[in-house]
Amino acid sequence: MTSHVLSQLRSLEAESIHIIREVVAEMQRPVLLFSGGKDSIVMLHMAAKAFAPARIPFPIMHVDTGLNFQTVLDCRDRWVDRLGIQLVVASVQDAIDRGLVREEPNGSRNRIQTPVLLEAVEKNGFDAAFGGGRRDEEKARAKERVFSFRDDFGQWDPKNQRPEIWSLYNGRVHQGESIRVFPLSNWTELDIWSYIAAEQIDIPDLYLAQEREVVDRDGMLFAVNEFTPLKDGETSEIRSVRYRTVGDANLTAAVESEASTLEAIVEETAAVRITERGATRGDDKVSEAAMEDRKREGYF
Amino acid sequence: MTTTENTTAEALTDGSVDLLRFATAGSVDDGKSTLIGRLLFDSKTIFEDQLDSVEQVSQDRGNDYTDLALLTDGLRAEREQGITIDVAYRYFATPKRKFIIADTPGHIQYTRNMVTGASTADVALILVDARKGVIEQSRRHTFLATLLGVPHIVVCVNKMDLVDYSEEIFENIRKDFTEFASRLRVPDLTFIPISALEGDNVVNRSENTPWYDGPALLSHLERLHVASDRNLMDVRFPVQYVIRPQSHDARDYRGYAGTVASGVMKPGDKVVALPTGLETTIEAIDTADGPVDEAYPPMAVTVRLADEIDISRGDMIARPNNTPAALQNIDAQICWMDSDSSLVPGKKYAIKHTTRWARAMVKDINYRVDVNTLHRDEEATEIKLNEIGRIQLRVTQPLFVDPYQQNPQTGSFILVDESTNKTVAAGMIGGLPHAS
Ligand SMILES: Nc1nc2c(ncn2[C@@H]2O[C@H](COP(=O)(O)OP(=O)(O)O)[C@@H](O)[C@H]2O)c(=O)[nH]1
Ligand SMILES: [Mg+2]
Repeated sequence: MTSHVLSQLRSLEAESIHIIREVVAEMQRPVLLFSGGKDSIVMLHMAAKAFAPARIPFPIMHVDTGLNFQTVLDCRDRWVDRLGIQLVVASVQDAIDRGLVREEPNGSRNRIQTPVLLEAVEKNGFDAAFGGGRRDEEKARAKERVFSFRDDFGQWDPKNQRPEIWSLYNGRVHQGESIRVFPLSNWTELDIWSYIAAEQIDIPDLYLAQEREVVDRDGMLFAVNEFTPLKDGETSEIRSVRYRTVGDANLTAAVESEASTLEAIVEETAAVRITERGATRGDDKVSEAAMEDRKREGYF
Repeated sequence: MTTTENTTAEALTDGSVDLLRFATAGSVDDGKSTLIGRLLFDSKTIFEDQLDSVEQVSQDRGNDYTDLALLTDGLRAEREQGITIDVAYRYFATPKRKFIIADTPGHIQYTRNMVTGASTADVALILVDARKGVIEQSRRHTFLATLLGVPHIVVCVNKMDLVDYSEEIFENIRKDFTEFASRLRVPDLTFIPISALEGDNVVNRSENTPWYDGPALLSHLERLHVASDRNLMDVRFPVQYVIRPQSHDARDYRGYAGTVASGVMKPGDKVVALPTGLETTIEAIDTADGPVDEAYPPMAVTVRLADEIDISRGDMIARPNNTPAALQNIDAQICWMDSDSSLVPGKKYAIKHTTRWARAMVKDINYRVDVNTLHRDEEATEIKLNEIGRIQLRVTQPLFVDPYQQNPQTGSFILVDESTNKTVAAGMIGGLPHAS
């Protein structure tokens, strides 16, 4: 005898699967934007569930900043192999070499990813792109639709969003326009970790705590590696740390943690008092409205 | 750490923690944003860096207290104007439930946002300023909540701190509100005296209201029984996508993927596919984690049938003795959501109902409802932004529908402008909800 109540995680999963299927049924050429981070992995995992026992009927695209942790790339390739899907790589380095974008003075390739992404979307004729954004991440996201319309410049206009009522999504677009789709809109960081633990999902080991050589810069702990070498006068130390996000390797900091298992991360996430972006992403600190501006430009 | 013990992955998957969606409504300055900020803050969902940023902005503006409303007022234009301009979604969880809040603005021109927020809500929280009592907007919000079929309404009488926590004032508001709500179909109505700013009766019961013996808002929301609000009687399974693997090992597989709209489906059940009317039985209900014994809303599953019959996206699976009506003439309430156009007889739109798209022509406008007085204007010739009316549509192919008040999943549709592709209206099949 069951009570016919679906649990929190299974409800969220069902909603995401519904959204993913809806896009495939209605759009001409969807693609899943895959960063290698936990959110895009969870999204890919659910895409596989949505079409089982068939394969995922769309490719995934990685906007490769050239600043990747190797374990993230390894994990990406394991997923591609396991699911037998097509991987499209859009290279930021290549775009710099071609003069499409210019390197920013601070070394961040976060902002210059956007034109590279938009170019690849256009070149491949993608009319729908799944993104792993969650509304709990940040205030501008909290108001974005699940099916988020982009004009033919790839831009988001927060004042001109399509109303989204019930779960009746409208993905209709004209030639050149597209939609960004956020199947994880209603997930929180804790939901993501709980789901990864419940489903035993393969993620890069950077997310698990381990003793690593780190350097402390203004309270942010950076692992010492090819992307963030020790500067003159700095000293490193060995600490148990893990990553809460895996963005560009030269900008993503780790947090002190003993959580070396998925279950331990769930417990720790339930107790943390600081947002994942605030903790580890230097690039979001710029201004209160930073994310809103980047989204308007077409950032995912 | 007491909370984390229950918040493990297991608790979240095994059903001991479920999901409750609520929408907030109230006029400008009734305290919606403050209330949400308070719920997030007191349930420890606010992160330190978010609070720091809100404190900083409050100081910059010269406020004497931290303005919790800033936690939810997200977009730049809103912060500049100090108002909420669009539906924002917020999340918080307690060991018992995860909550999804749709924060909807209260200005008259934003009826469409309230309709959006209420469309998926289990509960509507309607704020009333204790100093002002029941006003026109309170009526409008209640009407919209009942129109959208929200099963539970909680009236938060806010700013009790400004009326000395007066029992008399609270009771008068309760009486006024109950009286006009009796003209609408409100299945469950609750009143709670609160101060969003001070926190009285929000998370903890307040000593300032010894005369109030009900629960604090959060405990009420935690305990509210919503499972029985779902329609578990009428099996409706709109086919979303047909799964036919192109691989050697699963070549004969043919499954109908979709989300259960209502009812409980089991293998062995006799079913009918619409529009063909062909009958067969459910062979199995698959998920990526293996077959299941039953499927109920809102599960996303893949149904396999015993006989090979022709079914595609937009078709509906039901029980032979319990089917939706197949209608081409649709009688509906609509809320117009587009600022650049209005609905007039003769116009054609794309219509989306469950997983089916068709075209629809407006045959007639029966009346427009004044959302404040509930007066029906039968002379109305158009329905404009934020207006609600009853209309007749002629659809190019049958839709498989139930009355919205019986089944929101199969009773709802949207209209889309075929030239701009914008979603221009939300539609609810059947007449206005009335107190019976
Ligand atoms: N004294 C008092 N002031 C309140 C209360 N709730 C909200 N306010 C104030 O009322 C104003 C409007 O609140 P806000 O949350 O922005 O209202 P909204 O427009 O409904 O979102 C702000 O100045 C709040 O500080 C309350 O319970 N007591
Ligand atoms: Mg507000």
